[in-house]
This record gives sequence, structure tokens and C-alpha cells, in this order.
Amino acid sequence: MYFEEPLPLRSGASIRAYVLAYETYGKLKPDRSNAVLILHALNASHHLAGLYAGQDKSDGWWDNMIGPGKPLDTDRFFVIGVNNLGSCFGSTGPMHPNPDTGRTYGADFPVVTVEDWVDAQARLLDALGIETLAAVMGGSLGGMQALSWTLQYPQRVRNAVVIASAPNLTAENIAFNEVARRAIVTDPDFNGGNFYARKGHVETKPKRGLRIARMIGHITYLSDDVMNEKFGRALRGAGSTQELDPLVDSAVRYRYTTQDVEFQIESYLRHQADKFAEYFDANTYLLITRALDYFDPARDFGGDLSRALARARCRFLLVSFRTDWRFSPGRSRELVKALLDNRRDVSYAEIDAPHGHDAFLLDDPRYMAVIRSYFDAIAGAAP
Amino acid sequence: MTDQATMEAIARLVPEGSRVLDLGCGGGGMLAYLQAARGCSGYGVEIDDANVLACVRRGVNAIQLNLDEGLAIFGDASFDIVLQVDTLQHLRNTEVMLRETARVGRVGIVAFPNFGHWPNRLSILRGRMPVTKRLPYQWYDTPNIRVGTYADFEVLALKNGLKIQDGFGLQDGREVRLVPNLLAGTAVFKIAR
Repeated sequence: MYFEEPLPLRSGASIRAYVLAYETYGKLKPDRSNAVLILHALNASHHLAGLYAGQDKSDGWWDNMIGPGKPLDTDRFFVIGVNNLGSCFGSTGPMHPNPDTGRTYGADFPVVTVEDWVDAQARLLDALGIETLAAVMGGSLGGMQALSWTLQYPQRVRNAVVIASAPNLTAENIAFNEVARRAIVTDPDFNGGNFYARKGHVETKPKRGLRIARMIGHITYLSDDVMNEKFGRALRGAGSTQELDPLVDSAVRYRYTTQDVEFQIESYLRHQADKFAEYFDANTYLLITRALDYFDPARDFGGDLSRALARARCRFLLVSFRTDWRFSPGRSRELVKALLDNRRDVSYAEIDAPHGHDAFLLDDPRYMAVIRSYFDAIAGAAP
Repeated sequence: MTDQATMEAIARLVPEGSRVLDLGCGGGGMLAYLQAARGCSGYGVEIDDANVLACVRRGVNAIQLNLDEGLAIFGDASFDIVLQVDTLQHLRNTEVMLRETARVGRVGIVAFPNFGHWPNRLSILRGRMPVTKRLPYQWYDTPNIRVGTYADFEVLALKNGLKIQDGFGLQDGREVRLVPNLLAGTAVFKIAR
């Protein structure tokens, strides 16, 4: 959807003549009471569920969660997925022309925050004629947006489902983001962010930087246990299967190489990194990790999260995963405490899943059941 | 002991419209009842996945926490009533949780199986640990790691500087005020700082 009117941003800049890519699933009830907005994290899009016609492997990123008969049942809810500004899946981003100059934004794309995204999403809902949401839901950075919805537009949200999220990033989290950004920015192909094809220049994607950024990210999304279980010390030469067999492994000799892939985990990370560098945009990576860094609703309240959350009015479901060390359960409990201090309706499930931060995208039955039950209760209580 | 009569007997101690924290809330039956019948609001605390799920399903606020890790998430005197219904006997840090109950709530209501009930005494006299409808477990598989009597609790409350506002027994859903330590399977106390 195209928006001509400038959107003022937290940085003081604004963005005009932009496009928001979105998809919807299910049917909006005549009283418009069953809309659910889904917010994406770092590398996802507005394509939440299902396949695009004629395209294999085009499953939406939350296909296990959203669809007919799924935990968020599109037979009952009207579900909206929206790609955020600055992303690289259809909404206006750094790879698009700046309407003021006619040149590709590149590094000049304005810094966008979680709050800016929420403002943009609210405009999309206005355009769709949806005043109130039955629920907002997101995991990780998406959870931050869901939380921000309840603070920026408290009267427009009846429920917020905040999964594997946090009230802000820790120093360690910012540090990981900074390593990723430096990997990208110091890639000679990054060219100050202006690496897109232009007159007299072919595109030079900073793939080396993106790959390393992805590797760092990927490590932090998994738990030590799950990595060991999946890869252990298995050697690449032991075969391509991921099944561990110590007998086979000990029979394979080290190759005594410093630069070639020796261990399965290296092979896996390189594979993930290569895939990611093909489809993701380097400037988008910088923008989105920065949005994560900046998010801190308590900042305007002297760091007092309880006061920051006093504006929220809706019911909350928070979910965390015990092995998630990137957005640990302790961070979700901070949110729960602040909501309790404000006497808000909140439920909190701490799922003992082994998969680390990635668990929010996976199929743990306890996790799926809690989300399903929560939406069942919403549907049951619908006005 | 979540039978209806017992639940209602304990619910009667909760004033209408109270803000309630139910420690070890199970599937949220008590909170759902208090919300529907007595206009209460509040939260349950549960460690068990299936119980948290049951709460979410019936629209009861549930916070998944291990009570043995304390109640730091709840502010001082932030609830009118804190319930510990058949919870105390499962806790490693019974005493801490009792004090926490009194810190977080203006009034605490504690209910637990009374090992001083006469059939239990009889069983011990015969040389065997009691196995009854109220205490259906064998000694080697019981989740009840704290075994106490009505009278024991009075001593514990005193030791922790807690006032007992009311105390009685429950048997078959009826209040037992005459020698409850002998005549009731369940001990109920209303405590405050």
C-alpha cells in the first residue's frame, strides 16, 4: 500500500511516498472485531503463512503458527502481516529511490525505530478501516513492536502476545549487533552503504560482511545444548548426515587445515550464511539491528519500566523459553513484573524448550498449545 | 481436595471484589470461581505446563514460576488475599513462602492436609503411614514433602511473627471448629502480619 503523506520519525527525519507490503489471511468480520496484527523480527516479512501459487518452499515464516486450524486460526481471525519500513521484502527500504533526490537511498535511508514502525503499521490499519485489533503478536523484535503497540496505541489493542522478547537489549545483545554491523560496514563491497547498481557502477553486495553477521546471529539464536546435540564435534568428512556416530567420527582423520571446513557446525554456519547473503540486504541489517538497540520504552521514565507500561490497557500473554540466552526468561519476567505492578491482566508461560531463541519459530507442543488456548479464549470472549 | 464444597468453604473467606494471588493455583478453578462468584480479580502462580495451559484456556491470569524461587516479582501488600491452597506441603522453603505470603498480601489463607486428623493418627499408631482419600499417596511416592498438623502450623505462624486471624478445620466441605487438629482432614488458617 502506498502512503504519500510524510511519516515523522523519532530521529526527527521523516519519510514520504513510501510503500508498505502486507498480506492478509482469513476474513474480517462485519463488525471488524477479529483483526490480529503480526509483527516480524529481523529477517522475516509480511508473508506469514501458506505458499505462493506455483512456488515450492515459499512457506510463510510463521506457517506452523498461522493458518486454518492452526494455533492462530485464520478461519476465525483476520490476520495481517506487514513488512516494516527499511526491510528488504517489498516495503520501502534502502534499495529504493529517495523521492526527494531520485537516487537510491542506500546509507541515506533514515534510521527507523520500533515506535516508527508501529506508527506506520497504525496508518496501514487506518487505511484498511481497522480501528481496534483483537490482538497484536510478535516474537523477539516482533514482541517489542507488540509491546510498543500497547503503549503507543493502548486504546486500539485488546490483547498483546509478546514472545521471547525483552524490554530492551542488554549490553551483550548490543555488542553482538555491533559485531554484525562492523562485519558488514568493513566489507570493502559495502562502499559506505551505496553498493547498489547505479549509473556506471554494477552492484557490489557486501556478502562477506552479511555472511559473518548471519553467523554471529545464528550462534546466538541457538542453545549450547541444541548445537551440541545437532553437530557436536562431528566432522564434515564423516558424511553429510547430521546423525552423530562417534565410531564413524573417530575413524575420520582430522585434515589439519585452518581454512577449510573441518567440523559440521562450520559447514552449517557457512551454508546458512551463504543463503542469507543471497537474499538479505546489508543496509536493512544495519537498520533493523539499530532499531533493536534503540528500543527502550523505560528510557523516558528514568528507566522505570513499571511507569513506562502504565499506559498499557490490554490483556497480555508473555512467553519465554528457558534455553533462550539472547532474550532470556529473566527479561520476560521484568515485563511481567512491570505489568503486575500496573495490575494489568497478564499470563506468562515459560516453556522448557531446548532450542534457544529460535524456539519461538519452532513447533514445541506446549508453546503451540498455550498460544492456541489464548486465541481460543479471545475468540470465546469476542464482543 | 479441589472438591466443590471445600473450594466454596475457602472462597467464603475471600471478601467480594478482592485482588487475589493464588499460589499453586492448579488449573485455575479457584480463581475462575472467585472471579465469577465473588467478583474478584488476580493471578495464579503455577509451575506445571498443563496447569498454566488450563488457566489460559479458561481466561484466568497465570504466571509460570517456581514458588521455591520466591515471590520477588510481586510487590509488598499488592494483594488483598494470597491463597496457598494445598501448596505449602509441596514446597521446599515452606517458611520463606509463608513470610512471602504475608508480605505480598494483606491477608493470607493457607490450607493444607492435617496430619493430626484422627485416621492419620490411628494409622501411625498401627505403625503405618496414612493412606486416605485426603492423603492418597504411599510414603515413597508422595509429593507432600512437608508433613504437618493443625497444631504445628500455629507454632510456625507464631515463630514467624504472623497473626492467626482465624483458624479451623474442614471435613467433607464443613467447617470444624471443635478440636480441628483431631477432627478435620484439612487445616485452614487466615494469617496476617
